[in-house]
Amino acid sequence: MEPLRTERLLDPSGPDHYGDDEGDVSSAPERKIKRVEDMLLNMGPQHPATHGVLRVVLDLEGETIVKATPHLGYLHRGVEKLCENSTYPQIIPLTDRLDYVCSMTNNYAYVRAVEKLLQVNPPLRAEYIRTIVAEMQRIAGHLFWLGTQALDIGAMTVFFYTFREREVLLDLFELLCGARLTMSYYRIGGVDRDMTPEIVERLYAFLATFPEKVREYNTLLETNRIWISRTKGIAVISAKDAINFGLTGPVLRGSGVNYDIRKVEPYGVYDRLSWVVPLGKNGDTYDRYWIRIEEMAQSASMIKQCLDQLPVGEIAADLPNITYPPREKVMNDMESLIHHFMIATRGFDVPAGEVYCATEVPKGELGFYIVSQGGNKPYRCRIRPPSFIHMGAFDHMARGYMIADIVTIFGTYDIVMGECDR
Amino acid sequence: MHSIFQKVCALFPDAVVGEARGELSIVVQREKVVPVCRFLHDDPTLDFDHITDVTAVDFPNEAPRFEVVYHFYSIEKRHRVRLKARVPEEDCHIDSICSIWRGANFLEREVYDMMGIVFNNHPDLRRILMTETYDEGFPLRKDFPVEGKGWRDTFDFMGT
Repeated sequence: MEPLRTERLLDPSGPDHYGDDEGDVSSAPERKIKRVEDMLLNMGPQHPATHGVLRVVLDLEGETIVKATPHLGYLHRGVEKLCENSTYPQIIPLTDRLDYVCSMTNNYAYVRAVEKLLQVNPPLRAEYIRTIVAEMQRIAGHLFWLGTQALDIGAMTVFFYTFREREVLLDLFELLCGARLTMSYYRIGGVDRDMTPEIVERLYAFLATFPEKVREYNTLLETNRIWISRTKGIAVISAKDAINFGLTGPVLRGSGVNYDIRKVEPYGVYDRLSWVVPLGKNGDTYDRYWIRIEEMAQSASMIKQCLDQLPVGEIAADLPNITYPPREKVMNDMESLIHHFMIATRGFDVPAGEVYCATEVPKGELGFYIVSQGGNKPYRCRIRPPSFIHMGAFDHMARGYMIADIVTIFGTYDIVMGECDR
Repeated sequence: MHSIFQKVCALFPDAVVGEARGELSIVVQREKVVPVCRFLHDDPTLDFDHITDVTAVDFPNEAPRFEVVYHFYSIEKRHRVRLKARVPEEDCHIDSICSIWRGANFLEREVYDMMGIVFNNHPDLRRILMTETYDEGFPLRKDFPVEGKGWRDTFDFMGT
């Protein structure tokens, strides 16, 4: 066990360390030596601002953070081990539990990796629906982040506003696939259900008012003196360091590095849409906040373009060994029911090989490295979690800041412990 | 042959290279991992400045049992590469690349935690996801049962 407090006398020869207690300075001819206590402060795992079960041990000198050691693993469930013992379609619900704030983007990352291994391409309508849903999830994830980050810093109102809009999106997800949190909507080779005209209509209605709502959040924060002084110049990381630490997503782009997988390795229909990648300049918390706000506006524009272009057609590839039969047929036709049962229980064989597939999720780059030796289960399924790698830079980004800033620094990564600990 | 492969093979003749599904892989001896990484990072035309991932795969029936897998990316040049090195079970050591990419610190700690591969010269090699006092082995090895190692059997269930 490390001692919670260590006392030491600072070097008396150093000019900076002489005590200047008011009473002593005038009366005593010799100035007193200041006694310093280094404090070890444990934060978490149960703390409202740690966004889950994260524990950090802080070495403090006064109120300044000298060192921050994250202790991870409180939410470790062995997802990678479970993947090795599940068939390929059975892993989709497991990926929901990684980043449960925006579960469908994890589904997307996983099914893309398997499709790359199988060399399967989903039909165009499915690609459009996937892109729409992924961007809806990005908005939902960023709204969640904005609400909780503002709440942690002390601006409570924003939380209620962002959750109002998130609720609209969750209702749409419920209409789309029946679930609000762990959706498992994507399928290998397509998606689960088609978009109904009602969803399209309600989504259009949401998009018509959403830019106005984003401006509304901005009026609460952009000119808020407390928000600005608590985010500007906090948790600064240079572009060079951010790359060296392997950071991705808004945290990397906040430092001005132009790396968005949707742009550099386009998937889905991102190359058919017109949009820009917002980039920060200073690499501080405020820039990362600004990027997420801009990304929400970009996502809304992308969804609108997708809905305008949405083609008619199939929502799953025509590969009976891999994709499920349509739901109506499963309910009315014996062979289809057997077929559905076989895919759900036995799965399908995947050719041997290895593949790394990266997808841009709201947190950053979520990669799946799958090693297959043939058969219906992956030999190894490595999940490259952005939150875990961001925690590796936590100590670097927290050093030198005040203890009051630690909550801001937690929030700025947009970490979700389900994904960090897997 | 891909230009990345040509450069690497010119300096490291015993590297085995291959391309599958549009992904480049380089297999090297474990002693060569740090020089190869240093070259990939420092060479201006390769410029692999972003560390994407470090992980390991367990092949219990093959001669050097473990395979450590690195993924690198170049922000400037927009290319990816995979680097692999085998580690035998009886001498489960490989050199750390923390001095090149600081992001490797947590990733190598996770590989140590899950697979039991020791990284030489790592600044802080401790378990990261499991508790520091965990002594039941390394969970992602293939010989570790998926339901755990007998811990559940100690639970006192009713009626059994």
